[in-house]
Amino acid sequence: MRIGVFVCHCGSNIEGTVDTGIVAKTALDFPEVVFATDTMYACSEPGQDGIIQAIKDKNLTGVVVASCTPRMHEPTFRRAVERAGLNRFMFEMANIREHVSWIGKDREANTNKSVDLVRIAVEKLRRDAPLIPSKFSVNKRVMIIGGGVAGIQAALDCADGGLEVVLVERDSSIGGKMAKLDKTFPTVDCSSCILGPKMVDVAQHPNITLHAYSEVDAISGYVGNFQVQVKKKATYVDWELCTGCGACMEKCPSKKNPDVFNEKIGPCTSINIPFPQAIPKKAYIDATTCRQFVKGKCGVCAKVCPTGAIRYDMTDEIVTEDVGAIVAATGYDLFDISKIAEYGGGRYPDVITGLQYERLLSASGPTGGHIKRPSDGKEPKNIVFIQCVGSRDKSLDRPYCSGFCCMYTAKQTILTKDHIPDSQSYVFYMDIRAPGKMYDEFTRRAMEEYGARYIRGRVAMVYPKGDKLMVRGADTLAGTQVEIEADLVVLAAGAEAAKGAPQLAEKLRISYDKYGFFMESHPKLKPVETNTAGVYLAGSCQGPKDIPQSVGQGSAAAAKVLALFSKDMLESDPQISRVDIKRCVGCGKCIMTCPFKAIKEVEFRGQKKAEVIETVCQGCGICTSTCPQGAIQLSHFTDNQILAEVNALCQS
Amino acid sequence: MSEAIAYYPGCSGLGTSKEYDTSTRAVCAALGLSLVDIPDWSCCGSTPAHTKDHTLSAALSARNLQLVANMGMTAAATPCPSCLTNLRTANHRIEAAPFKAKVDKLLDEPYGGDVNAISVLQALVENVGLDTIKAAVRTPLKGLKVACYYGCIMNRPPELMAFDDCENPMAMDNILAALGAEVVPFPLKVECCGASYGIPRPDVTAKLSGKLLEAAVGVGADMVAVACPLCQMNLDLRQSQVNRAMGTNYRIPVPYFTQLMGVAMNIADTEIGFGKLNVDPRPVLSRALSGAD
Amino acid sequence: MNIINLTRDYDEDFVHRVEEESGQKVSLCYQCGNCTAGCPYTFVYDIPVSQIMRLVQAGQKKTVLSSKSIWLCATCESCTTRCPNNIDVACIMDVLRHMARREGLAAVPQVKTFWDSFLDSVRAHGRVFELGLLINYVAKTGRFWTDMDLGPKILPKGKLAMKPHEIQGKEHVARIFERFERESNS
Repeated sequence: MRIGVFVCHCGSNIEGTVDTGIVAKTALDFPEVVFATDTMYACSEPGQDGIIQAIKDKNLTGVVVASCTPRMHEPTFRRAVERAGLNRFMFEMANIREHVSWIGKDREANTNKSVDLVRIAVEKLRRDAPLIPSKFSVNKRVMIIGGGVAGIQAALDCADGGLEVVLVERDSSIGGKMAKLDKTFPTVDCSSCILGPKMVDVAQHPNITLHAYSEVDAISGYVGNFQVQVKKKATYVDWELCTGCGACMEKCPSKKNPDVFNEKIGPCTSINIPFPQAIPKKAYIDATTCRQFVKGKCGVCAKVCPTGAIRYDMTDEIVTEDVGAIVAATGYDLFDISKIAEYGGGRYPDVITGLQYERLLSASGPTGGHIKRPSDGKEPKNIVFIQCVGSRDKSLDRPYCSGFCCMYTAKQTILTKDHIPDSQSYVFYMDIRAPGKMYDEFTRRAMEEYGARYIRGRVAMVYPKGDKLMVRGADTLAGTQVEIEADLVVLAAGAEAAKGAPQLAEKLRISYDKYGFFMESHPKLKPVETNTAGVYLAGSCQGPKDIPQSVGQGSAAAAKVLALFSKDMLESDPQISRVDIKRCVGCGKCIMTCPFKAIKEVEFRGQKKAEVIETVCQGCGICTSTCPQGAIQLSHFTDNQILAEVNALCQS
Repeated sequence: MSEAIAYYPGCSGLGTSKEYDTSTRAVCAALGLSLVDIPDWSCCGSTPAHTKDHTLSAALSARNLQLVANMGMTAAATPCPSCLTNLRTANHRIEAAPFKAKVDKLLDEPYGGDVNAISVLQALVENVGLDTIKAAVRTPLKGLKVACYYGCIMNRPPELMAFDDCENPMAMDNILAALGAEVVPFPLKVECCGASYGIPRPDVTAKLSGKLLEAAVGVGADMVAVACPLCQMNLDLRQSQVNRAMGTNYRIPVPYFTQLMGVAMNIADTEIGFGKLNVDPRPVLSRALSGAD
Repeated sequence: MNIINLTRDYDEDFVHRVEEESGQKVSLCYQCGNCTAGCPYTFVYDIPVSQIMRLVQAGQKKTVLSSKSIWLCATCESCTTRCPNNIDVACIMDVLRHMARREGLAAVPQVKTFWDSFLDSVRAHGRVFELGLLINYVAKTGRFWTDMDLGPKILPKGKLAMKPHEIQGKEHVARIFERFERESNS
């Protein structure tokens, strides 16, 4: 083998604390190394040209680049060596930036460590073999999980791009959180007026299949060929027949159930269509409150339904959808305000969340758009808004900023003034976070034109006094304690990962952070990709986002899906496990440990053997460390290669 | 059921809160919770000690905890939240070996660190239980509207006190409800009464206790049940000072919750000791109880 | 108003000592004001507790240790309980009192005198002698009118002991104080 070594300066990132010249010079002493040099930016065009030129001039058969993490530029350099005529797997990277130069300042020690890392890479490269990826076909259907605004946007963009789309929504209607909002910042346009048409487009688009009131049950397969089992929960109403006329809701005798769509500040019937613009506009029965289910007799809805759509004997149904890509757009949930007992949420009816306040503002809400406080229906005059309730709070394990509360609170103070001109809004805040276009101007308008009084400080306690709520807070700018006699207290409850998000992540085989938000592949450069090929993210499931950000991500995820589906065949990664059938004793341990179900048992000349399913194997290597015979080997990371690396390190 | 726990009455139990001590002893005895006196116990140092030095404060508490250990017992109950805080804080701080070494240097006998301290309130709820209390009721407090006031440090900070809800504690409410009383929701359950500033800064205590009395009257309470000798003194004995400072005219009884338990359980008047309170609860009590019949 | 020169007047040693003696990290405080909002004593403080925290962060030893606030904190734990950053603010207030004592500072002298009288009583008898404490405090401060109005209310109740409860181990308690003083002076 003829090996070339290229040691990158990365400007001063590496050269600042590593003598790359010495590293290159020392590498010349390593076996089979015939060429070594340092280079300013290996990843730049001249840098790559230098590598290609050296391969040609020196007849190199393998290349080591000592630079940054392979997660960043391994694909870049693999393409470069391929352009020079080598197999792309005849290449190794030594990470002397993240693992060396960025973490230590001792130039001599750093240089020595870099030499060791290059030595290891050379030993691995000497045992590399060319690998050829195989090709497989792509099923050009996409599943979007979650029908909030992010999922709707992703679905519409994919469908407009000619793809078949399956949209799965947990609730009985799409629309998500945005459908609950009255107006949107910073333009104060009506939320359902701008979302409604998109929801109708979803319903009418010939390329979109909508599974509402459904959840993802199980996922198998791999990029290009996923099989998703969708549980269609029993609605007890035949949606083929239901016309959404609402006659059942009028007559349903169980009328006092907490209305989830109205954030439980209003009642609803057991058979229900959550809101007038619902898509699909179909009724469903909540069996936990319906008298037919709870008491075993009622049947009123079945009697009044003009199309005979009621089906009390309906059961959950599983349908299997084959798709080539999945977009997770499962959104967020709200922090439970009763966890901050000193604010009295859950104890005092007039302490409510911002989203509940949206329902009080909304014309389709429980008060018909008149602000009435829940306890006695009186119109409030003094309204206190408290920011960061369950955000930026380490004591509640919610240290992150929820991002959009500052803005929606400013909007709510403006709407409050519009609804009740003689009202006064007070906002307790710690910092105003308004970095979007026209956002800061909007918060200023709330103060300057609508007279919202902003108080810089937190609130320590809220307690009832007569029919008022005493709000005791601090004005840290004035350096004093303040009290407000409020009629209504609105808590800007922080955003949390949607309930069940970690469970879904595990089905999708994607990572999630400690709060349950899904992990993107790269925080800056791959914000809608995940580390699982064919699975993408959109919206607040990745972290709190406002509407424009969510819509942007929906479109971005759709673009990624369309790009993936622009090819008819995909290449599989050849870095997968392979079984040496002569050594395999058929013990099945690898089958048990494989997290991807990528190994199956086969019969070979009457003996049991293990066989790897190429397209399913993710190359994690767990099977190789499990196999008692050493019969299963991960290509490009064989036992021999790893032992050679260890030897090189121990003998240096 | 008979359970034994070491009993640390605290200094005020021998003086200004004698009736808390006698009613506690009588109620616990009647409920089968045996309180075993700690021989020759000394003062925990209360607030003055921890404001001077944490090692000194811990040593004063540790002496008593070791006395409990010498009795062959592992838990002590005290009626006083201030004692409780000091005992628990000492236990918490000596978990750090360097701190424990400093404390042991001050003591004749080092403290092993394995005696738990709880409040009498907690012992009644957890060691005796609401069902047993309910079964012991002979004269239900029907018709009596009680606001339960826990004081600032009975449940705070929650990591240290590890009992009940720190913002909306319910232990006393539940006991009073078990006695048949009507518990009114009292919003200032954990707000400070002015603590030990009654002597050096009576203006401060009058204002803070005044707020509490105002809230109790505001929610329609016949009386305020308390679990802390200092709270009791500020709200009851100093009620006239409050009235003078705030221009009010409150005359609301502030009994210990154990005294009300005594009434419901038909404990002897001498043990209940209502006569030792400034505002005598008996007229209000008999009016409420007779009205219920 | 004083202008603080943040480069010259930052007392690094003070910040470190507060952190070491309290076991708290003062940089965790982001000045939300929740401690001031909840503190029942803000109305008598000369510096609200959130600003005490700020001044500690800024290394302003003299201002902090000369404040009245640190002597008017009752350790009611409202601040500690509600701090969103889990700072034991009440413990920091305690530590600031310890430091003020060492510097010979006590901006509310009668509070310090009362606490000292209390500890004198414990030292002498092993337990607090309530009436003796009050007499001792009055003698030290000359505030002879203290709680005179309550005398007629409490004396007939027969619960105020007229003489101290001397405990057998009172020498042991006294030795705790003696050793403490020796350790503090060494």
